[in-house]
Amino acid sequence: MLEMLSYPFMQYAFVASFFISILCGLMGVFVVARKTAFFTHTLSEISFSGASFGVFLGANPILGMLLFTVLSSLMIGTVGSRVSRRESSISVFSVFFIGLGILFLSLADTQSSYATNILFGSIVGISYSNVQTLVGLSVAIIVITTLIYRKLKYNSFDNVGASFNSRANTLVSVIFLILLACTVSVTAQIVGSLLIFALLTIPASSARYFVHSIWSMTILTFIFSLIGTWFGLYLSFVTNLPVSFFIATIETIIYIIAVIYDKVTRI
Amino acid sequence: MNKESNLILSVRNLDVAVKNRKLINDLSFDIFSQTLTCVTGENGVGKTTLIKTILKHFNKNEHVQAKIKRSDMQYIPQLRNIDDDYPLTVSDFIGLGLQHSILPWLSKKEKQSVQKVIEMTKLQDLANTPLGSCSGGEQQRVYLAQALVSKPKLLILDESTASLDKEAKFMLLDVVKNVIAETGAAVLFITHDPVLVQQYGDYDLNIANQTATITTVKEDQ
Repeated sequence: MLEMLSYPFMQYAFVASFFISILCGLMGVFVVARKTAFFTHTLSEISFSGASFGVFLGANPILGMLLFTVLSSLMIGTVGSRVSRRESSISVFSVFFIGLGILFLSLADTQSSYATNILFGSIVGISYSNVQTLVGLSVAIIVITTLIYRKLKYNSFDNVGASFNSRANTLVSVIFLILLACTVSVTAQIVGSLLIFALLTIPASSARYFVHSIWSMTILTFIFSLIGTWFGLYLSFVTNLPVSFFIATIETIIYIIAVIYDKVTRI
Repeated sequence: MNKESNLILSVRNLDVAVKNRKLINDLSFDIFSQTLTCVTGENGVGKTTLIKTILKHFNKNEHVQAKIKRSDMQYIPQLRNIDDDYPLTVSDFIGLGLQHSILPWLSKKEKQSVQKVIEMTKLQDLANTPLGSCSGGEQQRVYLAQALVSKPKLLILDESTASLDKEAKFMLLDVVKNVIAETGAAVLFITHDPVLVQQYGDYDLNIANQTATITTVKEDQ
């Protein structure tokens, strides 16, 4: 155990997982309450497409990711929130952006291993500057959500009521989607765009079966993400199998326990 | 009763239309504090559209003039999509209605107001129950409580009793009547139910054939 922590890349991975878990706690609870889990999934595909666009331009992939995800959040937050929830439009978006991503990657003439890197991430390949970006992003997101917290929770947990009795709903939605876009883009580099979707939705979906206030759901979501990522890192170190597999499996097990717990307590 | 000083909302020569289809012509009526005005009429005459038109024009032109701010008015919509696994507790859901401050947590005073409306709406036993596990009648009382927590001067209930059984209907309206007596709020209540109009209404705004007539249900006491 201690031997594992003597490697700098493992230290970075554990610290990064801690901050990713904070982001998942804060954002995940609202993602699930707003029923935008599938938009989040689309957003991670859009971020893949953006990253390959960045590679194609020869720029930093994260710039392409931010550009693509923030623009599509703006578009969906302002004009198409209803359209974006339709199943068919979500499929169309996903397919189109994955297609674009593949196109840019092939035009950029890089090896296909780069694509798997974006999609699955490399949590053990984290650098010190990655950790710094993550900490910065976490602080920014905590500050902004604190500022719009009351309106965001009304808008997320009672959408219909807020639409009549609260002001600035569109602005709050757009701000939230931009924060979500930033979260997906920055964390996708580390855990991969496929896994960040799992971390943003499954722990929060599990937490709502155990506790019933926004604060406690946020904290429990954070704990569930942390259990998944830290145990995943440990198991991966011991077994030499991919981290993503362990994280996905642990989160799924937590979810199954949550559903069973809910069924049992309801009787 | 001095009617002028109790005036909350006055609607003058308002036309109500949905996508160019005219529903109500040249509508005028007044709403006074501490009264319950029922809005009645067949399905599709434009009761909900009327309310939405009032919300849209609220203090924006001469058709809808209010003596109160928009934030002093609460609208309880007819449908809310609360799934049966909706996680928030009743008291947390009520707390969502507190929008006058930007602090991320509720102050002591705000917690007391939540507690007070829980008592007013007789939800003491359910305060820590997730809203998704409450019955239809209980949920309607929770929506009412959420609207009340911001201390509105005008409250609009849109078919709040539509899906409730007899007992739950009377219970909800008894609570509304108490609220009116205690807070002096004016209530606009959209309903289909003539029994409720007779028993609880002060005025009846009936909409039929694109015109509306307002009548007194019973003498002021």
